[in-house]
Amino acid sequence: MRHEQIETNSGLMIVLILVVISIGGLVEIVPLFYISETVEKVEGVRPYTPLEQRGRDIYVREGCYACHSQQIRPFRDEWLRYGHYSLAAESQYDHPFQWGSKRTGPDLARVGGKYSNQWHVQHMIAPRSVVPQSIMPNYPWLLERDLDYSDMETRMRALRRVGVPYSLTQEEYDANVARFGPALADQFDINQARESLLKQARDNNFDGLPDRITEMEALVAYLQMLGTLVDFSQYEEGYFGRFR
Amino acid sequence: MVQSSALPAEQYNYDIVRKFTIMAMVWAVIGMMVGVYIASELAWPGLNLDNPALTFGRLRPVHTTLVIFGFGGCALFATSYYIVQRTCQARLAFPWLAEFTFWGWQAGVGLGALSYMAGITQGREYAEFAWPLDIAITVVWVSYLAVYVETLRRRNQPHIYVANWFFLAYILAVALLHIFNNLAVPVSWTESYSLFAGVQDAMVQWWYGHNAVGFFLTAAFLGMMYYFVPKQAGRPIYSYRLSIIHFWALIFLYMWAGGHHLHWTSLPDWVSTLAATFSILLLMPSWGGMINGIMTLSGAWDKLRSDPVMLFLITSLSFYGMSTFEGPLMSLKSVNALSHYTDWTVGHVHSGALGWVALISFGSFYHLIPRLWDTRMYSQNLIYVHFWLATIGIVLYITSMWVAGIGQGLMLRSFDDYGNLAYTFIETVEFMHTPYIWRALGGVFFVTGVLVMVYNFVMTVRSARREQAALDAKLAAKMAKA
Repeated sequence: MRHEQIETNSGLMIVLILVVISIGGLVEIVPLFYISETVEKVEGVRPYTPLEQRGRDIYVREGCYACHSQQIRPFRDEWLRYGHYSLAAESQYDHPFQWGSKRTGPDLARVGGKYSNQWHVQHMIAPRSVVPQSIMPNYPWLLERDLDYSDMETRMRALRRVGVPYSLTQEEYDANVARFGPALADQFDINQARESLLKQARDNNFDGLPDRITEMEALVAYLQMLGTLVDFSQYEEGYFGRFR
Repeated sequence: MVQSSALPAEQYNYDIVRKFTIMAMVWAVIGMMVGVYIASELAWPGLNLDNPALTFGRLRPVHTTLVIFGFGGCALFATSYYIVQRTCQARLAFPWLAEFTFWGWQAGVGLGALSYMAGITQGREYAEFAWPLDIAITVVWVSYLAVYVETLRRRNQPHIYVANWFFLAYILAVALLHIFNNLAVPVSWTESYSLFAGVQDAMVQWWYGHNAVGFFLTAAFLGMMYYFVPKQAGRPIYSYRLSIIHFWALIFLYMWAGGHHLHWTSLPDWVSTLAATFSILLLMPSWGGMINGIMTLSGAWDKLRSDPVMLFLITSLSFYGMSTFEGPLMSLKSVNALSHYTDWTVGHVHSGALGWVALISFGSFYHLIPRLWDTRMYSQNLIYVHFWLATIGIVLYITSMWVAGIGQGLMLRSFDDYGNLAYTFIETVEFMHTPYIWRALGGVFFVTGVLVMVYNFVMTVRSARREQAALDAKLAAKMAKA
């Protein structure tokens, strides 16, 4: 075919452009949904509890991903600094993913458990009071604002529709009990969404304010579980390499 | 004689082009000032002012949206509507729909920026718009496609000029990318959860993100180049054959390259290797475009000395060549291991965005403005002033980001004699303080250049109005005499 035929026919040109630009995405993206090794088989990864999910919503709202990644690469310096490299399985319930693209601040994929709750609260209100050279903004309003969890059921329903195994029926609940144990299955039950959130907040008091549930509470709950779900000592060396 | 010079204004719809040109400059000023502000926040964190709406995390998408979609988008609407009419020798189809694309686009960009400041975001880089805005943008974009294609169909020329191939590919690709990347289930009017999760979500997002660069910021601006460079040079495009080859190669290869944003992550190696391979191949069509543009000037190189507009256009192509060389380099896994997550990436983006996208737009506007208002630019000297302010700004910006990025990358991976990490993370943050100040200064230079252009633009329009009024008065006097 001569190019003249294409450049004198707008319809033909549109069709050919669509064909040419579709190939790359089809080859690279579609298989990711079908190749089973894409996401590692690993114990311990679970959906977020209602309180953690609300913390994640706040993480997204404040644009934390603009400066913090959540994706550790398989290098020696990152291993020493942050821990085991990130698995695809560890973000399988992340809607949207928050791997980030820039480290103006450190990676947060395994920040959970590294600092105390009080440290996080203080660091969030005034980062330079704990890390003098820090350039992070102060987030004092997180402790001032009460957490809005009135629409927790709606949120969990939406997440259920995109594939997170939150339970709505007895059957789904029983499946979660078998898979995650009764305590977590309660947390993942949409019908008890708000009670579960209150329970986790009361039991842990992440924000240090026992009589209030602030946005800080949710955010710290989220940060404190990041990267803590997989027990890497359970797996022999090289196991995860098989999935790459 | 009088008739033929009066014809184009009536034959073509210049009104819509004028409006988009003005708004491109408005968004440029606001968007780039926000850029300078957030750059300063990184040097002096007190500037976050403990105000949620002004924190770096919320303002950063305001900057990228206003500059890419506000400035870049309006520049592309303006030039594509101009070029499609001129090269097809046909008036813009569906004028009311074109009008709708103007108001719709301004509303989308403006509301997007305000919503991020209010904390309404999807948390997807360069696609932060909440779902109702995504739908509105889709409607505007489909209208754009309809106006564009119908104008092409009404052309009075058998051939579709090469600039239009690029614009067509960009409109189609952006529609495809925008729709698939924003699939989500709404929670409320302002929030939604993305349809995909984790690794698949990451790949979809960077397939979008990289091609937002590839089609929005590259292919479309090549369309701009293919019209304004030959026009300003007064010479035909260097090679027709090269334009065919590099067009099809460019749009095919770009779509494969997104995975290089996810090297060494949980994305399977086969995707990231494919993406790196295609990124390297991409060097060829990229440089094909650069060569075709620069060589158009062969035999007329003296214009670089006498014509400041040519200076803008050719310098933009040089930056295009440089950043499309740097890109494949950074997509190599070994280089990426150092550069990823650092300011080297930020510098790379800006050598493309300031050096290529902004300079080619300014050059095209300096060509376009006198024709749209039927006059001459108010000051040629101010165009030179703008050029040098912009160039100094870009050089300051990218060199300081090389220092910050490569410096941080090297510090993070260095070990002491005992095999321990040589630096803590916060030590790299301290190190970046000085380059961050230089970067902000580079931004100040660049914005100052834009303000000089705005002044020149305003004075040009004012003198055009005066000339028109004088002409009308003369004509009226003559008519009265007769």
